[in-house]
Amino acid sequence: MSDSSLDNLPKGWKSVPNDLGSDQTAFKGVQWGKAMMWIFLLSDTFIFSCFLISYMKGRASTVVDWPNTSHVFSLDFMGVPVPLLLIAIMTFVLITSSGTMALAVKYGYEKNRKMCGRLILATAIGGLIFVGMQAFEWSKLIHEGVRPWSNPFGAGQFGSYFFMITGFHGTHVSIGVIFLFIFARKVYRGDFDTGKRGFFTTMKSDYVSIEILGLYWHFVDLVWVFIFAFFYLW
Amino acid sequence: MNENTEVNKNKEKPATTHKIGIYLWIWGLLFVLSFFSYMVDWYQFQGLLRWSLILFFMFLKAGLIMAFFMHLFWERYALVNVLLWPMTAIACFVGLMVAEGKYTVFTRLIYFVLGE
Repeated sequence: MSDSSLDNLPKGWKSVPNDLGSDQTAFKGVQWGKAMMWIFLLSDTFIFSCFLISYMKGRASTVVDWPNTSHVFSLDFMGVPVPLLLIAIMTFVLITSSGTMALAVKYGYEKNRKMCGRLILATAIGGLIFVGMQAFEWSKLIHEGVRPWSNPFGAGQFGSYFFMITGFHGTHVSIGVIFLFIFARKVYRGDFDTGKRGFFTTMKSDYVSIEILGLYWHFVDLVWVFIFAFFYLW
Repeated sequence: MNENTEVNKNKEKPATTHKIGIYLWIWGLLFVLSFFSYMVDWYQFQGLLRWSLILFFMFLKAGLIMAFFMHLFWERYALVNVLLWPMTAIACFVGLMVAEGKYTVFTRLIYFVLGE
């Protein structure tokens, strides 16, 4: 199947039953790894949705006042408490790393090995900074007496939702950072130019892996957008 | 098998390399939108204005990330549909839990307050 045969397939709505009912390869022209990553991300979306929905339900059904997040997450900057300062910086760091990842995917497809490697490395470092700041935030809150069952600021459920949601997201970031470092090494070594077979999968390396890795990383950023809105700002 | 991977490479190329400008634009927009959503808290907007602004910036950011950074805008339509339609199930779940939450807080108020 070549590019021209893709052009001959139906477009728009008609392409949906055509792709899915074709009894061959669904999602024509989409590399299978990419499709599987998307399906994994869809399942991950459901997990995060369940967490955020349970947070919504818990917050909506408690008769005790919810802690004021802009007060709880404020940080002293030169003696002045700035609301949500750390969270804002974390948001900007994650968006920055998402941008470098998007560019890494672009340079990967252009077979620009050095730029691709550098940008993946920058992305990984951004992720590390994010996890570091999250660890700081956790230890600060634990120090102030926030526990999964109680806290000095208001409704007791606050701690359990906070630790579960940000913890699960932080785990995703940490796993992403590990994979980013592994792939930065692979890119620098030139695996994707030579098509070297992977140690674990024994499949030929291809720059499409960088896009798949990018999908995961952008998803982590995407989840943070929702956590930032619902947990910190709401 | 070999032929397939060869073909995939050829098919990926035109669909996934885009001008650097589009990425930089989206990147910049994400920064600006994040700044705005932070400003919502900074100026302590309250009530309906706060919630609608938070949701507006959130969905705009999420949409930009998915459409351009995750290439969904250029992706095969069948895949886009398979990914986005399940979101309606999440929306239904949210609706159910809003009703459930209201009922729970109602019964709690009845038994905690009136019960005493």
